[in-house]
Amino acid sequence: MKINWFKYSSPQTFYPLAGKMIPWFAWLATILAIAGLYISFVIAPTDFQQGEAYRIIFVHVPAAWMSMVIYIVMAAWAGLGLALNARLSAMMAQALAPTGAIFTLLALVTGSLWGKPMWGAWWVWDARLTSELILLFLYLGFIALQSSIDDPRRADRAGALLALVGVVNVPIIYFSVKWWNTLHQGSSINMGAAPKMAATMLLGMLLMALAFWMYTVAVGLMRVRCIMLERERSADWVKALSLGAK
Amino acid sequence: MQWASWSAFFNMGGYALYVWVSFGLTLLCVVWEVLALRKRSAQALRLSRLLAQE
Repeated sequence: MKINWFKYSSPQTFYPLAGKMIPWFAWLATILAIAGLYISFVIAPTDFQQGEAYRIIFVHVPAAWMSMVIYIVMAAWAGLGLALNARLSAMMAQALAPTGAIFTLLALVTGSLWGKPMWGAWWVWDARLTSELILLFLYLGFIALQSSIDDPRRADRAGALLALVGVVNVPIIYFSVKWWNTLHQGSSINMGAAPKMAATMLLGMLLMALAFWMYTVAVGLMRVRCIMLERERSADWVKALSLGAK
Repeated sequence: MQWASWSAFFNMGGYALYVWVSFGLTLLCVVWEVLALRKRSAQALRLSRLLAQE
């Protein structure tokens, strides 16, 4: 079977398709989150060093992972939009930015709530924390830049450039705990090394990360639908749709 | 099962404030984001309807 992918690159055909996909991703996110929370709070054992406070890991690490993953995906869509002059790609980038910013903020705040009891400080100017804070500013900068330019196509191009330049920050965040002496603990999971944590802790963290991922897809699709409606307000398909939807 | 009682569970080994605020804020963000997007979508459709009826 041959699928014509270009057909789905027009907002008019993508809008209903996205609408059909949202409930699936929302349900997946809900089920994964329930399973993840069950393992995080009922199955996972108490940490021998950090007591129960370590349970913050089950939101902190998935949120931090998503903050980086979303940035890379957002920059990829923005870059694609810039290279191919594809409006849907640019809309996808725009739709992901607020969710990425929320996860970055959550990673910082939950990290702070974990740092206080463990390190005795809400915040330190450590390489990991500082580079994650810069990520938040990159997201906010992208959102502010896009909304400050009236012509949407020009806004897309300016935003794409900022997003692409900012990608350099992602490996800095990721490797910061290796490159510098940080107060922040090392990676929970290392590629090429056996995990240093109990299997149930790891499973809880992975399930929560998957739940956040599915949530991001659902919310990203919801937002891209809003952006389509707003940008194509005067298009016939939006008018027809709005008359049909009561 | 790690917990002797419900109160031990809510107490989180003395770290209740840090743990529950972390999870509570995450939940709050999720609920807020979904509600805000529903509202935004309804508003966009309403505005398009007004434009279409003109």
